[in-house]
Amino acid sequence: MQALNRKMLRDVWHIRAQVLALALVIASGVAVLVMSLSTIDALGETARAYYERYRFAHVFARVERAPELLRERVERLPGVQAVATRVIETASLEIEGFDEPVIGQLVSLPARRNTGLNRLALRLGRLPEPGAVDEVVLSEPFADAHGLGLRDRLRAIINGRWRELIVVGIALSPEYVYTIGPGTLIPDNQRFGIAWMGSAPLEAAFDLEGAFNDISVGLMHGASPETVIEALDDMLEPYGGHGAYARADQQSHWFLMNEINQLRTMSLILPVTFLAVAAFLTNVLLGRMLTVERAEIGLMKAFGYQDSAIGWHYLKFAMVIAAVGILLGWLAGYAFGKSSTEVYANFFRFPFLLYQPGPRVFLIAALASLAAALLGAVASVRKAVRLPPAEAMRPPAPPLFRRTGVAITRWLDQPTRILLRQVSRWPGRSFVTSLGIGMAVAVLVSSLHWLDAVDQLADVYFEQAQRQDLTVSFGSAQDLAVEGSLARLPGVISTEPMRSVATRMRHGALEERQMLMGVPARQALLRVHDAQMGPLELPPGGLVMSTQLADMLQARIGDIVQVEVLEGRRPTLRLPVVSLFETYIGAPAYMEIGALNQALGDGGALTSVHLRIDPLAQDELYAALRETPLISAVMSRSAALRGFHDTLADTILIFISFFVVFACALAVGVTYNAARIALAERGWELATLEVLGYSHAEISYLLLGEIALLTLLALPLGCAAGYLLALVWHGAFVTELFRVPFAILARTYGLSIMITLAATLLAALLVRRRLDHLDLVAVLKTRE
Amino acid sequence: MTTTSDNSTLRAQGLTKVYGTGDAAVHALRGVDLALSSGELVVLLGPSGCGKSTLLNILGGLDTATAGEAWFRDHELTAMEHAQLTRYRRDHVGFVFQFYNLMPSLTALENVALVTEIAKAPMATEEALRLVGLGERLHHFPAQLSGGEQQRVAIARAIAKRPELLLCDEPTGALDSKTGLLVLEAIERIHAELGTTTVLITHNAIIAEMTDRVLVMGDGVITEERRNARRRPARELYW
Repeated sequence: MQALNRKMLRDVWHIRAQVLALALVIASGVAVLVMSLSTIDALGETARAYYERYRFAHVFARVERAPELLRERVERLPGVQAVATRVIETASLEIEGFDEPVIGQLVSLPARRNTGLNRLALRLGRLPEPGAVDEVVLSEPFADAHGLGLRDRLRAIINGRWRELIVVGIALSPEYVYTIGPGTLIPDNQRFGIAWMGSAPLEAAFDLEGAFNDISVGLMHGASPETVIEALDDMLEPYGGHGAYARADQQSHWFLMNEINQLRTMSLILPVTFLAVAAFLTNVLLGRMLTVERAEIGLMKAFGYQDSAIGWHYLKFAMVIAAVGILLGWLAGYAFGKSSTEVYANFFRFPFLLYQPGPRVFLIAALASLAAALLGAVASVRKAVRLPPAEAMRPPAPPLFRRTGVAITRWLDQPTRILLRQVSRWPGRSFVTSLGIGMAVAVLVSSLHWLDAVDQLADVYFEQAQRQDLTVSFGSAQDLAVEGSLARLPGVISTEPMRSVATRMRHGALEERQMLMGVPARQALLRVHDAQMGPLELPPGGLVMSTQLADMLQARIGDIVQVEVLEGRRPTLRLPVVSLFETYIGAPAYMEIGALNQALGDGGALTSVHLRIDPLAQDELYAALRETPLISAVMSRSAALRGFHDTLADTILIFISFFVVFACALAVGVTYNAARIALAERGWELATLEVLGYSHAEISYLLLGEIALLTLLALPLGCAAGYLLALVWHGAFVTELFRVPFAILARTYGLSIMITLAATLLAALLVRRRLDHLDLVAVLKTRE
Repeated sequence: MTTTSDNSTLRAQGLTKVYGTGDAAVHALRGVDLALSSGELVVLLGPSGCGKSTLLNILGGLDTATAGEAWFRDHELTAMEHAQLTRYRRDHVGFVFQFYNLMPSLTALENVALVTEIAKAPMATEEALRLVGLGERLHHFPAQLSGGEQQRVAIARAIAKRPELLLCDEPTGALDSKTGLLVLEAIERIHAELGTTTVLITHNAIIAEMTDRVLVMGDGVITEERRNARRRPARELYW
C-alpha cells in the first residue's frame, strides 16, 4: 500500500468519531433515498406483477342492464384481448356481534372458475361450487376486520330477501387493492367489504339472467384504451351505460398511483436536504483537517508530490467518509424501505410483496451522496493545494480579532468574550454549524407539521363541513318521498336529501369524470363548505365547483361547462359556473337539488339521505335500516373519522418517526462535529484556562457555550427553514385527492426544538467527556 | 541536601515521576527533595530533559507524582483530587510559560481580567499591567504585541491574583536576550514589590545569577545547591 494511502486510513481512524458523525448525516440522506425509491419500486413492481398474474383489466364500465350477447361484440373490438361481464350489486350484511349497518359489494364470479380477467388471489379455502347459491368468498381485509373465517356464516339482504351465506374462501383481488365504499375515501373494513359469489344466484336475485351490469375489458399490448372506451360507450349507451373509463381512473389503482406519486416527491426533497448538509459538513471537517495538516502538505510538496496527487489524497479522504455513510445508509434504507413497504401493505392489500430493490436504487443513492461529499470537499482541497510549499510549512497567520464597538461587551466576562469573538471571527463556519442544526429543526418541523395539517383537514372536512351522523345511499335514484319515510324511522332527528349523478364534465378540450351532487340551497347537514369562508348557500341554478375541479377544467366563474350525464336519460347540460369554493379532499361539484332534478327532467329524485340521529335510539334505527331495501351504503361520520385517523394519520405517524430519527442523526452529527472541531482547535486555549485554575464546568462553558449559542441561533433559523420546507413539500404534495391544509401549530415548533435540543445536548455531552482528558502539560510545550 | 524549614511555602520529599511502564518507562524524577521558604526567589537550572519542567508541573498542581510527597504549606499536593488541584492553582499559583499561552481572542487587558475575574483578592487589572511595564497597549490583541510584550502580559496575568507562588518555566526561552532581560526585570520587580515565592526554570546559567539560591538538576535529581554571594540585578545580566 502506498504511504499516502496508509496515512489517509490512519487519519480517518484518528478522527473516527467525527467521521462517523458525518457519515451518519450522509447515511440519513442515503437511507431516505433508498427507502423511498425502493418503496416506490416495491409498490410499483408488486402492483405490476399482481395485475399481470391476476389479469387486472384495462377498461371498465358500469351499465344498467346489458344482454350477455353484447359481450361477443365487445370481444370483436380491435385491441380487445379479453372481456369479463359481471353482476355487481350491494347488499346489507348482518354480522354477529356487530350492530352497525354493514354493506357488502357482491361481485359475481364467472362460471368458468377463476379464469379470465380480474382473477381472485385466494388466501384461504376455495371458490364457490358451481350452482351453490349460498357460498361466498370474502375479501381478506373485511374478513380480518370481523374475525370471519372459513365456514362462518353471515346474513345478507339481497335485493330485499334475507339469505344466509357461508364463507368458503378468503381472497384478494387486483381490483380492490384499496377498498373503499361508495362516496368514501378511507377504507372502513368493518362497514364495507367485498363478497364474491357464483353468477347464477346473483343474476337471479337481481333479475339479471342472461344480462350483466358491469363489464371489464383486457387490452392487447399497445392497444389504446381511448378508442376502446369510445366504442364501448357507443355500444353500452342503449343499455344505460355509465361511461367507460380506463385503468388510470379505476378507483383502487388511482389511489395506489396517487400514493406512489407522493413517495416520488418525498424521494426528491428530503435526501437533497440531508446531502446538502453533508456537503457542508464535509467542507468544514476537511477544511479543518487541512489547516492542521498545513505543514504536512508543505512537506509533501517539498518532496515533489504534485498538486494533483495531494488533492486526490484528500479527496479520497472525503470518499472514504462518504463510503462509510453510503454503507450505513444502504443498510438503514433497506430496512426502512422494507418496513415502509409493509406499512403500505396494511393500507394497500396485495397477496404478495416484492421488496427486491435493484442495484439502480443503491447506485443512485451512492452516486448522489458521493457527489455531495466531493462537492463539499473540493473547495477546501483546492485552497490547500494552491498554497506554495514554503508558505504551507509556516503556521497560518494568526487570526485577527477585533473588539466589538458595542458597549455591551463591557458587562461580559472574559470567557463569554472569547466565545463571541470566536463566532464573529469565523462567521461563515459558525453559520454553517447553525444551518446544520437548523436543518434538523427544519426537517422536524416539516415532518411533524403533517400531523397539524391532517388534524386541520379532519376538523374542516369531518367536523365543520359535515353535521350528519349517518348517510344512507341507494344504488339507484329514488323518489323524493323516500326522505320522508327515512325521517319516520326511530331515532331520526332530521334529514336532508342529496342526489349524485355520474357525469363527464367538459370545458374546452378538457374533460373530467366527476359526480355532480344536488343538495338543498341551504344545507344543515352535509354542507358545501369553503375552507376559508365556511358554509355556502347555493344559488338557484348553475354549478358550484371546487377550485380543484375548476383548475382541472381550467374553468372560471361565468364559464359554461358541458355536463354529460352518464345515467338515466343521459342528457347533456350546459351549466354556468356560478361560484367556486375551496375544499381539501376530492374535486366535487354541487348544484341546487331542485335545479338539478329539473335539468335531468325525471321528476325529482335522490340517491342519498343524510340523517341526524338520537344516539340512544341508534340500535333500533340500525335494525330498521337493515330491513330497508335498496340501500347501497350506510356511512357513519364518526366511523369515517376514526378510519381516517386509524389509516392515514397512523401511516403518516410511522413516516414521521422515520424522519425524527433522521433529523436526530443530523443534529447529533452536526453538533458532535462542530464540538469536536472546536475541541481540537481550542484544546490549547482550554488547557491554558485549566492551568489558570478554571474548573471543568467553566471550561465546558467556553467549549459548549459556542455550540449553545449557535444552537440558539439555529432554532429560529430552523423554524423559518422548516416553514419554507413545509411549504415546498406542501406544494409538491397536492394531488387530485388531497390538498392538505397548510398548518403549523406552535406545539410543532416547540416539539421540533425540544427534540433537536435533546439531540444536540447528547452530542455536546459526548464531547464534554473528552475535556477530562485534556493534556495540560503537552499543551504548554507547544506554541499555538 | 535541603532542609525543611518552618516557614517553607513549598516542600517535596522523594518526589518521583515515571512515564510509561515496563521497558518503555521513563524516569523523569528520581526522588527529589526540596524546600522553598516564603518570599524566596529560586532558579532551577539544568539542561533540557533533566526533569525540571516535570518538577515544576507537579509543584504547580498540573501533574501528579508517581511517588513521594509534595506539600504547599500544610496541604499535601500529592494527595489532592483533580478539583482540589484546580482550586489550588486558582487560588495560590501564578504560571508563566515559554510560549506565553495568551488567549488570542482577548486583548492584553482582557487576558489579565481572565484571572482577576475568578481570583479571591486580585489587584486591579491595570495595576498588574503597570507592574510589568505595560501601562499602554492595554487594548491590543496578542497578535499585535511583540514577544516580550506578550510575555509581560503573561506575567501580569500570573501575578494579578497576588499568588503565593509564581512558577516561571523558561520565561525567556522564546525571546532574544534584550527582550528577555526586560521580562526578567519584570519578574524581579514583582518579587521585590509583592514578595511572592518565585521559582524560575532556565537552562541559561547566567540567569541564575539574579537569585539567592540556585538548584541544579540533572537526570531527575537535584545534583547541586548553590548560594550566590551577591544577587546581580537583571539589568546587569548579559548573554
